[in-house]
Amino acid sequence: MSTAEQALIRPQMSAAGSTVSLEHIREKAKKKKWRTSIRAWLLLLPSLIFLGIFTVYPIVQSAISSLYKDDLTTIAPIFCGLDNYKGLAADPVFWECMRNNLLIAVVTVPASIGLGVLMASFSHSLGKKGKTITRIGFIYPTFIPLVAAANIWMFIYTPIYGLLGYINPNWRLLANGKTAIWAIIVMLIWKQAGYLMLFYIAGLNGISREVFEAAELDGADGFQKFRLVTWPLLKPTTMYVFIIALTSAFKTVDHLYIMTKGGPGNATNMLLFYIYQTGFDYWNNGKASAMTVILVGVLLVITAVKFFYDDRKAYYHD
Amino acid sequence: MFKKVMAFALAGMMMTGVMGTGAVTAEAANDDVMELTMYFPVSVGGGPDALIDALCEEYHEENPNVKVTPVYAGSYADTRTKVQAAIKGGNTPDLAIMFSIDLYSLLSMDAIADIDSFCTTDADKEWLNGFYDGFMMNSRDGETTYGIPWQRSTIVLYYNKDAFEAAGLDPEQPPKTWDELREDAKKLTVTENGQVTQYGIQIPSDGYAYWMLQTFCVQQDGFNLMNDTGTETYYDDERTAKGLEFWKSLADDGSMPEGIVAWATTPSDFLEGKTAMMYHTTGNLTNVKNNADFNFGVAMLPADESYGSPTGGGNFYIFKGVSEERQQAAFDFIKWMTDDERVAQWSIDTGYVATRPSAYDTERMKTYAEDFPYCLVARDQLEYGYAELSTYNQAEVQKAIDDAISYVMTGQQDVESALATAQQTADGILQAYR
Amino acid sequence: MIKNVKIGTLFYRTVMWILLALCMIPLLWVIRTAFMPTSKALDLFAVAVPTLDNIRHVFETVPFLQYYGNTLLITVLVLGVQLVLVTLAGYAFARLDFYGSRVLFVVFLAQMMIAPEVLILPNYSLMVKLGLNDTRIGIALPFFASAMGTLIVRQTIKTIPIELEEAAKVEGASFLQVLWHVYVPLLKPAFVSFGMISVSYQWNNFLWPLVMTDSVGKRPLSLGLAMFAMSFETGAQWSDVSAATFLVCAPLLILFIVFQKQFIESFVHSGIK
Repeated sequence: MSTAEQALIRPQMSAAGSTVSLEHIREKAKKKKWRTSIRAWLLLLPSLIFLGIFTVYPIVQSAISSLYKDDLTTIAPIFCGLDNYKGLAADPVFWECMRNNLLIAVVTVPASIGLGVLMASFSHSLGKKGKTITRIGFIYPTFIPLVAAANIWMFIYTPIYGLLGYINPNWRLLANGKTAIWAIIVMLIWKQAGYLMLFYIAGLNGISREVFEAAELDGADGFQKFRLVTWPLLKPTTMYVFIIALTSAFKTVDHLYIMTKGGPGNATNMLLFYIYQTGFDYWNNGKASAMTVILVGVLLVITAVKFFYDDRKAYYHD
Repeated sequence: MFKKVMAFALAGMMMTGVMGTGAVTAEAANDDVMELTMYFPVSVGGGPDALIDALCEEYHEENPNVKVTPVYAGSYADTRTKVQAAIKGGNTPDLAIMFSIDLYSLLSMDAIADIDSFCTTDADKEWLNGFYDGFMMNSRDGETTYGIPWQRSTIVLYYNKDAFEAAGLDPEQPPKTWDELREDAKKLTVTENGQVTQYGIQIPSDGYAYWMLQTFCVQQDGFNLMNDTGTETYYDDERTAKGLEFWKSLADDGSMPEGIVAWATTPSDFLEGKTAMMYHTTGNLTNVKNNADFNFGVAMLPADESYGSPTGGGNFYIFKGVSEERQQAAFDFIKWMTDDERVAQWSIDTGYVATRPSAYDTERMKTYAEDFPYCLVARDQLEYGYAELSTYNQAEVQKAIDDAISYVMTGQQDVESALATAQQTADGILQAYR
Repeated sequence: MIKNVKIGTLFYRTVMWILLALCMIPLLWVIRTAFMPTSKALDLFAVAVPTLDNIRHVFETVPFLQYYGNTLLITVLVLGVQLVLVTLAGYAFARLDFYGSRVLFVVFLAQMMIAPEVLILPNYSLMVKLGLNDTRIGIALPFFASAMGTLIVRQTIKTIPIELEEAAKVEGASFLQVLWHVYVPLLKPAFVSFGMISVSYQWNNFLWPLVMTDSVGKRPLSLGLAMFAMSFETGAQWSDVSAATFLVCAPLLILFIVFQKQFIESFVHSGIK
């Protein structure tokens, strides 16, 4: 960035001639920065307008609405302090959603990352044809809309007629409170691993051949090569992918509309879907806003962790 | 140069503005024809949408100054969601066909107009009194009428006569009591190599679980799950527990699948011979009639102390917050739609019960019934018809009992504690309305 | 090197090939059911001449062309606006040292993590206030600014030597000319990979259009499919639903399979890491 600035400053410097004092240069640099800032802000303005209207304002709006009682019966919202949050604390469905969210995050994130990196390095080790086949085969679920994927998997899980029905017609995975969430987790991993694989393909391509060859000369076998060379060098990719997978674990709910509507009971319900139900089915605006605030909070904490991690890394490396 | 960038960006944004308003101006164009918006609970491709389109078109031809535009909003729940949102957003529709049980939710929003006030002439009053009482139960609050029955149903027992014969049962004697139901279901369950190939019975426990539970409740001398002002539920009553226990015991016997039985696949299971009997809506009659490749029968639900089934389905509503002129137009349209001949034809086309006794006296209905007498079972059962679960804040109160049923069916909770929790939840919600 | 192919490696390769086969099953299953005559759809081992009846039936009962049109319109609109905004913003973050850059960067990052669908409730209320509910433009608006796209462009610009820009300036090129003639050609891989992500995002988008649309004419493909799949009060119609599902998936899948090589190469070179 400093080079960019010098580039911009250079012509003026020569025009200003020889009467420059240190003070003068500093003054000018400051002015310059102001001018650059205005320019940058102007470039960012169109994006900022939309960010402001559709991200910042709604968050503020949710925070305000969460302090009001506003449901089907209230004509005008009534201020109620933290009642909505207290109500959530006592709402078993809310906690069940949080537990499910956590379970899905704890299982799908490592599983899709593990599979993603395995699939990418497997594909990487193959010839041209093998690469094409494995890339298409592993990545295609990324391009199937989640509602469509849900339809397909419904037909796999449906007892008797579904694909699994041919193995055992009495498996009723989605009908059972204990198995339903696992059935959904399998689908989510299938859908996500290929997406993460994409990032690992990019990551692997960034590692030079020589590193592998050096490791081979040292007599490392396939697994050792992976453990000692590939995996550590992919660490930045893993960090990025981890954040993506983690946040999407909280945002991915479309399949529930098709598969279970959150049931049996609330065994597969998730926070965002419960927000949808509360906000639109039950029309409890206050409660749904409170949950929106909590969900935004969770996602912001994850963002902050990433930001500080990046920051620290930048500090050590630049 | 930045001006150019900004001009470009602004132009983009203005374009979006123009496109947004474009839709509005287009709508306001034909002013002389009164356009009524009617929400209708069906997805495109579901079937009835084509019939409704045709009816609206016919009405427009007879009344060129009124045009009813149906909005197909999806399932009953989706429709409720959309209408609630429209009202809260100040976009109130003129009329709608919605779940009859949405009555109290709509009342609590002060969203619907009472029908009585439109019935000024004797002919109007006669028309209003011409519906089945069983269907009017979910259409009134106290003495005031808010809904006009349109696509209404009850639950009936479908049974496979061939399977009855194979099991050594009399195909003309479907089970009439709970005990007979249990015994017949056991006999009808077929196991091969330790795997069940044909269940005795399926009673769906997702989607409309509360509705199925109601059958077992009202069969105990008409005990129902709620009061008739929508402010109380009796989820933890011992009769509710008895009904739920009986239902669950069918699965424990092994004559009904374990866990949740899906509403959507139960008819397929019946048609494929995977279950010998099923509880399902009369709205399925036409489907079963067209697709069964075996002899089947339709019967009233088996009784405990009494016969009984809750009614179900959708009513017409007229909304407040639109001009009187429009409300009157909506009322005239509803009257036209519920004319005997149209009600009869709608019943024949869809399998829903015709909502007026007089519709069964029409020629077309008589001819149809001669050919297919089972279409009368649901009507006959109306004598034992009860109100479907309907309370204030319907969606949440209903979910409480639906959840309890699924916890019991999946073995996560016992009957008593599941029902106690459901009642507690419902009390918490309904307190505000007492 | 042959001795390196040990039992462990062999095992690993076998497992991966099996995994690949498992991954393919859902796709093969839906294609099979979509083109299988309804009467045989529920028999796993049935062999039949593929039929287009299911596809035809779907087209007859559901306005799928309208849905395609809506999704296409929304996707193109969103992507078009995004590419402009993202290039401007990405340039600012990559090349300019300005006051507030860190704060704005966090705001962008936050948008990427939160995503508009989390804010369905307040955004819906806003759209109602603006009178934009049940419009296609309303569905598209919240996605016009893209933090992810901005970050991808920023990363890519950082890999472009500044000398190119300087050289162009020396020759008297205006800022827009520099952007258009120097950066845009070099940003192509970034645009391709971001474009693919953005398009598949809109194709996928469901919850937001679900709350936004009332009328059939405004529904995008994903929502039309869901409504169709849920429309059978009288029982699931697997053949029709599979055919509809296939119709929804096919365009993107074909696009991906045909341009797989270019897409992955762009992805590798676009600086997404």
